[in-house]
Amino acid sequence: MSALVRFERLTKAFFGVPAVDDVTLDVEEGSVLGLIGENGAGKSTLVNMVGGVVAPSSGRMLWRDAPYAPRDAAAATERGIAFIHQELNLFLNLTVAENLFIDGFPKRFGLIDRHAIEARAAELMATLDLDLAPNALIEDLSPGERQLVEIAKALHREAELIVFDEPTTSLTPRETGRLFDVIERLRAQGKTIIYISHVLGDVARLCDSVAVLRDGKLIESGPTTTFDISRMIRAMIGRELSGLYPERSAGPTDATVLDVEGVSQPGVLEDVSLAVRRGEILGLFGLMGSGRSELARVLFGIDPAERGTISLDGRPLPTRPRERIRAGLAFVTENRREEGLMMEASIEDNLALVSIGRFGRAPLAFVDSEALTSESRDVAERVRLKAGDIHVQPAKALSGGNQQKVVIGKWLMRSPRAFILDEPTRGVDVGAKYEIYVLADQLAAEGGAVLFISSEIEELMGVCDRILVMSRGEIVGTFEAPPFDRPSILAAAFREAA
Amino acid sequence: MNEASTTAVGTAHRDGATTVAPSRAGLVGERLRRRAADLLLSDYFILYVSLAYFIILIPFLPTLSNPANLANILSNMWPLLVVAVGQTFVLTIGGIDLSQGSVVGLASVVGAALLATAGSEAVMANAPLWGLVLSEQGGPLAGLPRGLAIGILAMLLTGLLIGALNGVSVAYLDMPPFMVTLVGLIVIGAFAIWLTQSENIRPLPDSYVQLGKGQIVSVYLGEQAEPRIPRREIHAFITYPMLIAVGVALAAHLLLSRSVFGRYVYAVGSNRRAAEISGVPVKRVIVAVFMISALCAAAGAILYSARLEAGRPTLGEGAFLLDVIGAVVIGGTSLFGGKGKIIWTCFGVLFFVLLSNTLNLMNLSSFHIDMVKGGVILAAAMLDVWRTRLLRERTT
Repeated sequence: MSALVRFERLTKAFFGVPAVDDVTLDVEEGSVLGLIGENGAGKSTLVNMVGGVVAPSSGRMLWRDAPYAPRDAAAATERGIAFIHQELNLFLNLTVAENLFIDGFPKRFGLIDRHAIEARAAELMATLDLDLAPNALIEDLSPGERQLVEIAKALHREAELIVFDEPTTSLTPRETGRLFDVIERLRAQGKTIIYISHVLGDVARLCDSVAVLRDGKLIESGPTTTFDISRMIRAMIGRELSGLYPERSAGPTDATVLDVEGVSQPGVLEDVSLAVRRGEILGLFGLMGSGRSELARVLFGIDPAERGTISLDGRPLPTRPRERIRAGLAFVTENRREEGLMMEASIEDNLALVSIGRFGRAPLAFVDSEALTSESRDVAERVRLKAGDIHVQPAKALSGGNQQKVVIGKWLMRSPRAFILDEPTRGVDVGAKYEIYVLADQLAAEGGAVLFISSEIEELMGVCDRILVMSRGEIVGTFEAPPFDRPSILAAAFREAA
Repeated sequence: MNEASTTAVGTAHRDGATTVAPSRAGLVGERLRRRAADLLLSDYFILYVSLAYFIILIPFLPTLSNPANLANILSNMWPLLVVAVGQTFVLTIGGIDLSQGSVVGLASVVGAALLATAGSEAVMANAPLWGLVLSEQGGPLAGLPRGLAIGILAMLLTGLLIGALNGVSVAYLDMPPFMVTLVGLIVIGAFAIWLTQSENIRPLPDSYVQLGKGQIVSVYLGEQAEPRIPRREIHAFITYPMLIAVGVALAAHLLLSRSVFGRYVYAVGSNRRAAEISGVPVKRVIVAVFMISALCAAAGAILYSARLEAGRPTLGEGAFLLDVIGAVVIGGTSLFGGKGKIIWTCFGVLFFVLLSNTLNLMNLSSFHIDMVKGGVILAAAMLDVWRTRLLRERTT
């Protein structure tokens, strides 16, 4: 096999700081390369250079041994490179077939030749062994199906190199399985694939070779057979990870902080009761659609509940989020891009958002910016934020893990009594995940009550004192005190409707 | 921005070298580009543009730098600045307030109807205001000891009321600001015209007229040849409208940049959902912002109508909104929200008034002037796109 793409001493620096530093690497034609590394390690910058989105500062790329320097993204597409991103680029209001042909419809008598595009779409679906109707609207498809349409689009454009960037983040286990089948099929057809993921088990299972980036440098690369997961982690974070989860520094007490009694909302939640104690991390496990995030939103007052009471330290909570925040509740959303951060605003402004009122000084409520800056710096340090000057650097310039630390940090500025963490480690790399677990432990150890909602059963088993399982809007199981039994938790979550 | 380095890589391919330092010319080019970007992103960019424009045009329009013309430019700036300051708040939360024009008209009618010192049945007989508020003796507040203060208060309250209606419709009824304020523009404008049957209300008391024209420091340039210097050779420098406008702008600047409320305004404009979830009183902020906008429009109405010495329902019609929104956007406040500064608006107003003035001096017709202004606003929108792109390249 020969290299489809070769990076030769490739470097890209942003304002003097190298994001990709002197990387030399071959991507073998017809193989699947797993590209791994912590957030900010340079994976995206590297593939963005292949994709013509950013130009290298020095070094060069070769495409089948000929120099390759795409002028822009269009030039890279022309050459045969396709990206399957976390956020998909499909038109929701158009059909599968229309999306495939969006950049050039075949015409008959000046009108779109609907018959031709649907026939071609069906053909593409067949090569991928998929059963999607060409005239189905994208908005009616599940996230996994939409992703497969993106792949079909890549095939339609005769892409030779397909880059998958965290493709499984929003997929169900079954959809993930199907995606892997499709990737195998693509490889069998001679396509070359770069697969970027934080899910190392998937990388080990799927990829022919692995390349590990850290701080922009290529740390290790080689056939997957020579990598086990612990070697991958070691290469990614540059040290031995003693355990995946921190030791708990203190245990729960008997005092109930957050008390939920019989909360119901038709079609969403059914008679949910739970209690989070002082110093406790209570895990809430559920599959997609089980009602776990819906519960979080009801508890925080974003969505209404028809019945039930929610109280904090024995006092019933008022209705609106604003009042619940004042009462001592904090909510780390699962959707940090849309609901957690002001992406364009500085890190400091983001950290200040929840508690800004506290910094207003009489008589005109002018912000005491010195106090604000110094407290923001303290919090940034406490969450171990890796950032430049928090006063000027915008939130969007941070990696996913650091963005999540900002979201947690802005609540810390208010010292709440109870935390609702909804999928706090989604899209976050191994090192940052560990730091978020440490934070959760600290919150509990300082006397807070933490409701830790997740779809990753391992992390709940690793950090929680108790685990509740939700399914179809109900709490269907309670698992007291570690060690937890994984199969029985899963069995509870997968329970069919009684 | 990476053109230089891309070329360098291109050369590397031809030479077959693996790494190549950017050439000297490339470095100089990069540095120049960096400088240009700094300038473009500076808070003072539009001030520089205004000064450059002014200096470049002096040889072609000698009257431009006459003291009389400078005084004229200044006097045109103040009322526009007051209104534009209000618009800045609305644009910063990602909204738009088209009703400002009609608020200027209605507030000027309200104030004049209350304060007029006399009335003429011959002119006003058909107006609904005649007999109800206005009579041969003028408005109900004419000659009262605190009449002026009450009249002004009534004008400002008119603005606050309309602003509250706009704000509640946008925040609590979830209607788009564009629709709400467009309807406001049409309905309130029509209402003001109906009130007076499109007649102007005059005369207004001297104390009121002072607010739009009163001079505090005036200058005369040259030697004193006669015992009495002719009025038209004395040029107003510091005036009441200047003090009012600078006061409004300063207060607004402090409110937006220093206060907790100002932080809320930026947060709502940056990401409304995130602001809500972080406990920002989003709806109240939106209502307050629309009230500030209409309040500023009403304050602008005082300056405009006092200068005109009449209440005129059509005061804010025609290209007025173009001037207001144009000046704010040229200053650099983004139409997408989250980004705006009062100081930008000050420079935007300066540039816009300077532009109108020079176009007038060129003896262009008002149609041509509007066409040029439209083009300049388009250029400003383009500039905003460039700035945003530059900023993105810098920070990612």
